[in-house]
Amino acid sequence: MIRLEGVEVAFGLGTQDERRVLRGVELEVPKGQRVSVIGSNGAGKTTLLNAVAGSVRLAAGRVLIDGSDRSGEPEWMRSRCVGRVRQDPLAGTAGEMSVLDNLAMASRKGRRRLLPAVTPRLRRELAERVAELGMGLEERLRENVNRLSGGQRQALTLLMAALARPAVLLLDEHTAALDPRNARIVTELTRRLVAEHGLTSIAVTHDMGRALEEADRLLMMHEGRIVADLQGAAKEGMDVEGLVALFGEARGGRLEEDGALLR
Amino acid sequence: MIEGILIEGLVYGIMALGVFIAFRVLDFADLTVEGSFPFGAAAGGALLAGGAAAPAALLAAFAAGALAGCATSAIHHGFKVPPLLAGIVTMTGLYSVDLRLLGGRANLPLITFNPVMRGSEAWLGPGVPPVLASAAAFGLGALALVLALDLFFHTELGIAIGALGDNETSVVSVGADPTALRSIGIALANGLAGLSGALAASYQGFADVNFGSGVIAAGLASVMLGELLLPSSRIGVQLLRVLAGSVLFRAIMYAGRSWGYLAGITPNDLRLLNALLVVAALAASRGRARLSRDAALRRAKRGRGSPARGGGGAS
Ligand SMILES: Nc1ncnc2c1ncn2[C@@H]1O[C@H](COP(=O)(O)OP(=O)(O)OP(=O)(O)O)[C@@H](O)[C@H]1O
Ligand SMILES: [Mg+2]
Repeated sequence: MIRLEGVEVAFGLGTQDERRVLRGVELEVPKGQRVSVIGSNGAGKTTLLNAVAGSVRLAAGRVLIDGSDRSGEPEWMRSRCVGRVRQDPLAGTAGEMSVLDNLAMASRKGRRRLLPAVTPRLRRELAERVAELGMGLEERLRENVNRLSGGQRQALTLLMAALARPAVLLLDEHTAALDPRNARIVTELTRRLVAEHGLTSIAVTHDMGRALEEADRLLMMHEGRIVADLQGAAKEGMDVEGLVALFGEARGGRLEEDGALLR
Repeated sequence: MIEGILIEGLVYGIMALGVFIAFRVLDFADLTVEGSFPFGAAAGGALLAGGAAAPAALLAAFAAGALAGCATSAIHHGFKVPPLLAGIVTMTGLYSVDLRLLGGRANLPLITFNPVMRGSEAWLGPGVPPVLASAAAFGLGALALVLALDLFFHTELGIAIGALGDNETSVVSVGADPTALRSIGIALANGLAGLSGALAASYQGFADVNFGSGVIAAGLASVMLGELLLPSSRIGVQLLRVLAGSVLFRAIMYAGRSWGYLAGITPNDLRLLNALLVVAALAASRGRARLSRDAALRRAKRGRGSPARGGGGAS
């Protein structure tokens, strides 16, 4: 379970161009829930994920994972229970290293003993897991990751995140840099991995239709605040037009422009 | 002569391995090497002159170098300053430490106490010419070291250090501490430089506070020459080719010293030769990259009638 209590994030505090990017965000995500986050550019969606992952300092508030306060923990330590896939397909893997080494690193959950990283047993296990991606990567375990396509690399990142069995999986427009075909494959794969492991997930997307369809819960952000939180019946009764209208309300009118922004 | 070049190449090749680990594996432009090399020479030399056994002195030289590396990473991480600055600070400070270690003198002769060289010359028995025995000892020692490093870079710790220089984000997201990993890597790199310094002092027959001057350029030249010799993405081959590059580098320098006068080159010009070698290696590797790209383009053209586009960074 993830809990954010009064989370504030600000950049350039005390300077002229001080920006308050998250303003008192309260959020509780129960185990196994799939959350989608929408909002226009600059609304603070990525920053919200950063706050959960520990990549930004909080100006105020706490982040709790499974009941314990993790606010003071450095990002690398929190990564052991927070998986993350970013928009940039190059971000999550080491390109100059083999598919196998990348996977081995992820399955070791950051342990760094003086023992062989890849044992024959682990190799077999990982080959099986990679085969489940259905991309033929099990034949290319020894190849360097920078020889894979963006879609393959993103799929690998996703698998690495899932292997560590995180308490929450953060997805930040992770199919946005892919061509339509690869985007579809990675989306499908995400759905499968999340279902298989019963992962709690928070996914930022600009695709409202898919957000409505796939998530258990929909958050709308605007200027650092969660302005709408839809789940259950409220979510079921919602359609894309309704969301656009809701978003216009949050901004105080100017409907047409918002529709364009969110698409 | 050949044996001499080989031994010299292997001795300085160990320093070049350190340069390779810092600059290539960790992507950390570490000038500390220029200080940890003489630091190892001074620490090892002082111990040898005091009657210490060869293994103890060499181990201490490694530890001294590693300590210098720790100082640099503490400055780099603690004060968030760039690697270059952190390295310069450590290197500058070490000069005075070296002078103290050498008893206030700039130079410490190791003629009477040189168990490293005497040991390496005698280990195959009296029937084998000393210089051959020595070359064999250094060759085997260097190979054992490369083997150990290859094993290290296949451990959990080793692959995490390898990934760090490649993409720090990926290391953080698998839950490893990048600061600790980088510190270990830099300590290892400078430990190797320190060990190399003590071996160099033994080989030259003296330790000198100015030993370090120019070693990074020599190390980089060795690394690059090795990369030209043997293109590979396997870490074991990459380590081995650093040694090969170092031997080649020493051979070129030897040629410059011995026959350079024919072309008007004096010993004073050797640093210039070193710099030109680095430039030539850079130019050659670029030229080769272009050649192989052109070849790929030609293949693609033949295959499809139009050149393939470079499909973004990921492909
Ligand atoms: N490191 C930073 N320094 C200063 N300002 C920042 C920093 N990171 C984010 N911001 C600002 O915070 C605001 C929210 O950024 P954030 O990246 O969270 O938006 P987003 O909702 O993810 O937008 P997008 O849809 O474009 O990805 C933006 O106005 C941005 O300029
Ligand atoms: Mg964003």
